[in-house]
Amino acid sequence: MSETPTAKVDTAGSESPGPVIEVNNLRKGFGPEDVLVDFSMKLNNGENLVVLGKSGSGKSVLIKCIVRLLDPDEGTIRVLGEDVSSLDRIGLTELRKKIGFLFQSGALYDSMTVRQNLEFPLRRIKKDLSRQEIDEKVAEVLENVGLPDTLDKMPSQLSGGMRKRISLARTLMVDPLIMLYDEPTTGLDPVTSDEISTLIKEVQEKYKTSSVIITHDIECARTTADRIIMLLDGKVYKEGNLAEFENSTDTTIKSFFK
Amino acid sequence: MKIIIPVAKVKKVAAEQTIRIVDKTIARTVEAGNFLTNIADGFLFVTRVTKETFSRSFEFREFLRQCFQIGNKTLPLISVTGLIIGIVLTIQMRPALASFGAVSLLPGMVAISLIREMGPVITALICAGKISSGMGAELGSMRVSEQIDAMEVSSVNPIRYLVVTRVLAATLMIPLLVLYADALGILGCWAGANIKGDVTFILFVSQAFGHIGFIDLIPAIIKTFFFGAVIGLVGTYKGYMAGRGTESVGIAANSAVVLASLLVIIIDLIAVQITDML
Repeated sequence: MSETPTAKVDTAGSESPGPVIEVNNLRKGFGPEDVLVDFSMKLNNGENLVVLGKSGSGKSVLIKCIVRLLDPDEGTIRVLGEDVSSLDRIGLTELRKKIGFLFQSGALYDSMTVRQNLEFPLRRIKKDLSRQEIDEKVAEVLENVGLPDTLDKMPSQLSGGMRKRISLARTLMVDPLIMLYDEPTTGLDPVTSDEISTLIKEVQEKYKTSSVIITHDIECARTTADRIIMLLDGKVYKEGNLAEFENSTDTTIKSFFK
Repeated sequence: MKIIIPVAKVKKVAAEQTIRIVDKTIARTVEAGNFLTNIADGFLFVTRVTKETFSRSFEFREFLRQCFQIGNKTLPLISVTGLIIGIVLTIQMRPALASFGAVSLLPGMVAISLIREMGPVITALICAGKISSGMGAELGSMRVSEQIDAMEVSSVNPIRYLVVTRVLAATLMIPLLVLYADALGILGCWAGANIKGDVTFILFVSQAFGHIGFIDLIPAIIKTFFFGAVIGLVGTYKGYMAGRGTESVGIAANSAVVLASLLVIIIDLIAVQITDML
């Protein structure tokens, strides 16, 4: 396993060069089956990287390994210069404060209103904020995701697209440096999918985030990708920009980019 | 008459039997392994919860919310049950005591059996059914819908926020609910005593409490704290460790009730043995 030294990236989110995420020779399996095999990738600062692949190809496993919701079997993952596997609980908590994770289901807390959902991470991460500062931040992120009037609604009162937006707003509350999107447009109609994809692009520009976007939605990839990695059988099948994928003559890639 | 069995057939049957035995042995070993793994997981969970309980930041608002939830969920059921148990015990005991001419002992006997045994155990079993299953289902569905993962990646400690608050709330609230059920049981006993007799409430209470000492009250209260802790721990453990499918929510809720009820009975047995030695 290669232990490539990576310079620690400026956590203030400046335009410092170099990868913010570096995955080397990652292997992750469940039981006898390997989901990811010898997988390597880099995410550069300020970049939107789309990881494409069929369902079950290990895309979601990859980003769960990046935030150590899952422990890799082999390989190294460095995030903002830190080796994720070697971090203790406190170190991992500190690192996670700089990462936003949008779950496929939205994962809003059912028992809380939208306001409480948004305040929940902020109150625990930035304990010195005043009531007014929290209110301002809540209003700002809700405005940015285009849902300023949902403050006192329960998650059960929101549509699928609204839940995704609120979930995105919740991750933006703590100004993350890295965003990890797990199938952001799955289960949404084409119009709402487009809106979410545009929102991802806007978040990148407004919050200067670097993002990994896990998807099998080509339209989402077209809107958001600076670079694309295609996963097949747990390995990188092809890496390149959108034009390279669109013009490819490879039948596997063409079957995706019809 | 000689029966000739071909050697090949004997070998085949022997081989099949050997395979069957090996398969069964492997299955039993896996079962034993799973059982030991579950015990180890449970032990690690309790250790982590204990450690987080004494950590600096405590989610006080969530703890209060859970206390309210536990009281709110169980109060009507416990009120009705406590009252009825008091009435039923009185009606059942009266003929036996009357045959010895000892009806005057009725309030004391019912009060002792309520405070020492019936109140704590019945309340704890109701709470195991209502609270433990609720915790198992709630945390299980949070696990399935990735809410616990979301908490973890947003740097919030889910054990501290979800588990510690619920376990402590159950540990505090169940003794209070038991005292409430005992009080209603004694009230029910007074009502039961008045079905075939005429006893004033003051006389009844003085007779009932005249027979109760600290040796009846203190061990009964102490064991209810253990009941509460076990009910909270089992419910949260089953929910927190639930699998990924929706089916696992039902399994978590169901197994939480079964295990919590069983542990309540076992703790009661141990508590009775210890009290008996005092």
